[in-house]
Formats: sequence, structure tokens, C-alpha cells
Amino acid sequence: MNAPLAMAPGNAAAITETRLTVPGMRCAGCIAKIERGLGQIDGVSAARVNLSGKRVVVQHDAGLDEGALMERLRGLGFDSHSAVEAAGSLEDRERTMLLRALAVAGFGMMNIMLLSVSIWSGAGGVTRDTFHWLSAMIALPVVAYSGRPFFASALAALRRGRTNMDVPISIGVLLATLLSLYETSQSQEHAYFDGAVMLLFFLLAGRALDASMRERTRAGIGALLGRMGKSAGVVQDDGSVRRLAADDLRPGMVMLVAAGEALAADGTVESGTSALDNSMITGESRPEPVGPGGNALAGAINLLDPISVRVAAAGADTGIAQIARLMEEAGQSRSRYVRIADRASRLYAPAVHALALMAFAGWMIAGAGWHQSLVIAVAVLIITCPCALGLAVPTAQVVASGALLKQGVLVKDGSALERLAEVDIALLDKTGTLTAGQPVPDLGKLDIQDREIALALAQVSRHPLSIGLARALRDEGVRAATVDDITERAGLGVSGRFGTQSVALERPEADDAGTACALRRGTIVKAIAFRDPLRSDLAEAIAAMAALGLQPRILSGDSAEAVGTVARKLGVAGTGRLRPEEKLEMLEALRRSGYRPLMIGDGLNDGPALAAAHASLAPGTASDASQQAADAVFIGQRLMPAVMAIRVARRTMAVVRQNFGLAIGYNVFAVPLALAGLVTPLIAALAMSTSSLIVVGNSLRLARLPR
Amino acid sequence: MSGLALLIPVALGLGGAGLVLFFWTMRNGQFEDLEGAANRILIDEEGDEAPCPPTMPAEVRK
Repeated sequence: MNAPLAMAPGNAAAITETRLTVPGMRCAGCIAKIERGLGQIDGVSAARVNLSGKRVVVQHDAGLDEGALMERLRGLGFDSHSAVEAAGSLEDRERTMLLRALAVAGFGMMNIMLLSVSIWSGAGGVTRDTFHWLSAMIALPVVAYSGRPFFASALAALRRGRTNMDVPISIGVLLATLLSLYETSQSQEHAYFDGAVMLLFFLLAGRALDASMRERTRAGIGALLGRMGKSAGVVQDDGSVRRLAADDLRPGMVMLVAAGEALAADGTVESGTSALDNSMITGESRPEPVGPGGNALAGAINLLDPISVRVAAAGADTGIAQIARLMEEAGQSRSRYVRIADRASRLYAPAVHALALMAFAGWMIAGAGWHQSLVIAVAVLIITCPCALGLAVPTAQVVASGALLKQGVLVKDGSALERLAEVDIALLDKTGTLTAGQPVPDLGKLDIQDREIALALAQVSRHPLSIGLARALRDEGVRAATVDDITERAGLGVSGRFGTQSVALERPEADDAGTACALRRGTIVKAIAFRDPLRSDLAEAIAAMAALGLQPRILSGDSAEAVGTVARKLGVAGTGRLRPEEKLEMLEALRRSGYRPLMIGDGLNDGPALAAAHASLAPGTASDASQQAADAVFIGQRLMPAVMAIRVARRTMAVVRQNFGLAIGYNVFAVPLALAGLVTPLIAALAMSTSSLIVVGNSLRLARLPR
Repeated sequence: MSGLALLIPVALGLGGAGLVLFFWTMRNGQFEDLEGAANRILIDEEGDEAPCPPTMPAEVRK
């Protein structure tokens, strides 16, 4: 009677925005499918796909939760994760700022060049002075606006008593501008506005390229802990059940964990048998059976029947929280890595200052007068921080990561490429890395109609086996049959009605491990077995790694026998039964003995090792935490892209070294001319452009991938 | 010289207009999704969902 009234307050709910990353979207069809599919959900007002970022932004009623959206996407055949990144992040703002500065510098450079060309081609007298004044009017605001990134960074370095590449750039640009202003006011023949603005433009181009490549790296460890159960039903002394927040749980309490619920604390099973989805923690896709006395870890999802668990560790003491802490600590060793451009400039900047100072002092002693000495010193400053040096690293890295992206490898940033190029030993996890990480069903016993019914049933469930089954059926081009009255009962399976027949996808009678399922039509039951096959190109990829001198070996948390079988098959060394801390220890031992290890792994238990390794790769099926910790993520069923990433990284660093060679070679040629006072603005401008173009051209060679 | 008095402001004005337009497009988010914009023209508004084009890598096409 008054039900509609009760609904009313809910309708005024605010519209909120949810961001999801959908790695699988590739084409126009995917955009249309996702936008239409999400738009059909009640409460969704708009869905907008960003294909470049593989993201979708959904605007919906606050009442609708993220899970429903992800469920719908799964139904459409797309896996999705929640994106923590917010619009207008710090990196985003920095990139926008650089692009604006670049646009302004480009505008200034073109107009000043226009005026300079007429001066070089012989304009004199009043015309020349007018043009110089015009140039000054354009250059002053442009330098003030576009120079800010360099001035700010130089100031910050000087305040800490250090020097970086931005110090000589800032001094050079400011001195050149002020000097030109003085010359213009004295009606002198030369002004250097064009050189100063051009230098800014090329350097900004390098910075903007660099920034556009960098992605948010590892802010998401907090997101990982979000996967842990947030609350649990705790059995009280009087037998009643009260819900407590995860933080209020204490060892000794008994939690009741319903089917489908995530565990909020570590513990041992008191009563009940079930299967746990540990994929969050181990990366193992196969559910793990548990019974009384068995271990249950926070973050695992209870799949079959309700169980009661006595809490052994809660809050910050749980395994998952400890792993997160290990990752944070291990990651610090990597943040100490100094990028090659910074290493170069650390040596280079003081040399430049010294050279310019010597030029000034030398010409003063030679009796050239302070004005000419200053002009020469400025010329030395400008010519010794060539634009080519600023472009040498970012152009190569941007082109290489673009080429890798086409092969399904997402590289996080430039330093990742540098470190990937340096690795000399490869450590691989087994499950999810050597194997594809997705349970693959054996469909042999099913006929066409069985498959259509199975898909209709499997696609509504979030059970890992159902997800694997639905994926495999869709990949075969099976279309779902029309099945009515579909209901899912957690722990038992999915059932429905096909025509007049009752059908179900359920746990087989004899199965206690939860590693198989069965399709029932009426009274006929057909079993579907699952396995996690090795990647198809595994042998080839391992051989390629060995050929690169990486001595691949397997580190796994799996049983020693399982690891041994695979290791023997591939002819590599393998160690099993490793806990996360042990993997970390092995990595650190390797590092101490001078190796630069590459870690490839997917599970949360690999997280610390991924963060501690010199460089790391994770497959696209890896847990969020591992993808966060890894330097690069490779997508698809093959392992070869991982090998490709190493090859391309090595080639990129070769090109970077060539670029440095070219840029420095140009210096060796130009610096003596500058010291001798022979460099006019024209020569400086020409030399700068050609060396920059050569460096960019050299980097573009990376667009073609090695075979 | 009188020609220059006209042409230089014109050149600066055109360049400046380009700059202002660029700032506007950036603020407007037109560079947010370049790939998506290229692909969106292929969406068939009335028809059913378009399949992934055959130029995609095999594992995606499926």
C-alpha cells in the first residue's frame, strides 16, 4: 500500500561516477558493446569508453554498486578491474602543463624565426632594430611562461645545494634573453632570442614525450587491502551472530563465513567443508578444498558451503597485510635506481658550468671586454646543453614502448625499459606464468546443445570455474541457449529450465575438491573436467630467454613434484614450496652476488619478489597487486611477448647510447667553435635543429620490432 | 615598410588564434582518447554490434 512511498527517498540518490579498466577492449565493436550494454542497466545514466586508456567511465545512481557493473561487463565478455586513478591526478596536471608550455614555445619560436630570417638575410638599420624589439616582445612572455618547468626544477635543486641539467639550461636561457635585451637597446647587430626560445621548445618536446609515457605506478597497494573482507559475522557467547568490522576482529573469535563471502582474517576452519578461491593470494585459479583444521587466509573467497573459522591473525597481522608491507619495503630498493639521463647530467652539468666560466675568464684575460666575454660564455652554455641530449632518451623510449604496446606489452615508464635491458637472470613463477592462469574445461563430452545450455548457465555465475567455462565456450563461438528461471545457489551451482527440461550446472557427486563441474539435463549428467594448461609457446620462449643469456629458472609456491615435472620438461632448474619471504630472500641473495634478476610472476605471493627484482613482468591475468608492482604487463596466452620486451628494451638502450654519442659528437664539434667566439645565432640554430632531427630519426628506427 | 605594419600583426594574430584554439581543445578534453575517436566512426548506430576487424591479432579476434 505505502510501498511506493518507501521507495521515494532512494530515487533522489546522487549520481556517482565509477571508473573501470577494461584491458580487453580493442575496436569499435567493443566500444559499442560496452557502452550499450552498460547503458541498459537500470540506474546507469551514461557510460563513456576511453579506448586509448582502456577505461570506461560510468555515471550511475549511488545505489548501484561497482560489482553489478563488472558483472554486466563479464556477461559481455570483458574482464574489468576498478580503476583507483582519479581524473586530474598530479601526473596528468604535469603533462598538461608541459604541453601548454610546448605550444607557447612553438608559437614563439616560429614567429621569432620569421623575424630572424629576415635579419640574417640582410635587413639593417631601423628594420633590424624594429624586428629585434618585436622579437623581444614575443620572447619575454614566452620565456617567462615556457621556462617555468626548468626554472622551478633548477631552483629546487639549488636550494638543496645540488645541481642538475636544468641549472645550466635556466642560466643559459635567462642570460641569453637578458643579454639580447641589452644588445637590442644598444642597436647591436646580434640578438639571441631565437636561440633561447628554440632551446626551450626542443627541451620541452623531450619532456612532454617523457611525461606522456609515464603512468601512475604503484599508488594502489591500498586497493589491494580493499579486497580483503571488510567485516565478518562473529559468533557471540550466547550463540548469536554479530557483524564486526575487520579491524575489530581478535584472535580466538569464531567467524561464520557464508558462501561467496571474502574472509576478513586468517584462521583455521572449525567446522564445515568447502572450497576456497585463493587466486587473490596465490594466483592459483583452482579452488582449494578445506575441511576442519584447514588453513583459511584473509582475502580468500569461500565458494561452496558456509564454514566457521577461528581467527588466528587479524588486521595488520594477516598474511595479506604482511605481503603488502613486504612489497612496500621491497619497492624502495628500486626507487633508488637512477635513470640514465640523470646519471649523464650529474656528470655533465658541472662540466658545462666550468667550461662557460672558463670561457668568460679566458676572454676577459685576453682583453676582449666583459660584453664580448659574456656573449661567448652564453654561447658556450647554450651550445653545450644541446636539445639533442634532451631528446636522446625520451624519443627512443616512447617509440619502443609504442611498438611494444602493439605486441600486447604495456611498459610502465622509461626507467622500466632501462632496467629490463640490464637484467641477466630470469626467475619465473609457475602457476599463472608458465601456465595460462585460467582454468580450461574439457568440453569433449558435450554436444552442441549441451554447450549452448552450459554457456547460458555459466555466464551468470562468478565462480572461477563458471567464468573459465563461459570464456572457453564463447571462444568457440557458442551462442547461449534460452534458459528460463535461472537461479544460482552459492555452493551448489546454477540451475534453470530449458524448454520443459530442468537443467543445472553443479558440483559433481564425487567431487570434494571443487575442481570439476557437471552439466545435468533432466537425469543425464555429464562431467566437465578442468585443467590449467602450459602456455603454448613455453618451450620456445624459455629457449629464447636462454639464448639472451638469462638462465631462466622456476621459483614456485607449488609442490616440489609439480615444479620438478615442468622444470625437467623445459630443461631448467626449479625450486618448489617457496613462501613469499623465501622468494624475496632468494632474489636478494642473487642481487648481493651481483646479478640483476628479472622476476616474472602473477600471484600476490610474488608481489614482494616482483617489487624487489631489478625488473619485473606480470601477465595480464595477474592479481592487481602484482600488476601494480611489475614494470610491464603482457597480455594474452603467449609468453613470447615477455621475451620480446627484453629484446626491445636492450635495443632501445643501444639506440639511447647511439643518441648520446650523436649529441656529444655534435658538442665536440661545436664547443671549440663556441669557445673561439665563432658561433653566431644562425650557426647555433642550424646545429641545434639538425642534431635534434638526427636523434629523432635514429629513435624512430625502433618502431620496427626485431623478429 | 607599410606592408609590414599590416602583415606582422596578421601573422602574429593567426599564430595567436591557433594557440588559443589549442588551449581550448586541451581544456575540452579532445586529446583524451585519440584511438577511440578514430574507431568511433566505425560504430554502426542502427545495426548489431560490429565484430572486431580481421586485422586484429588472432588471440583477440576469436
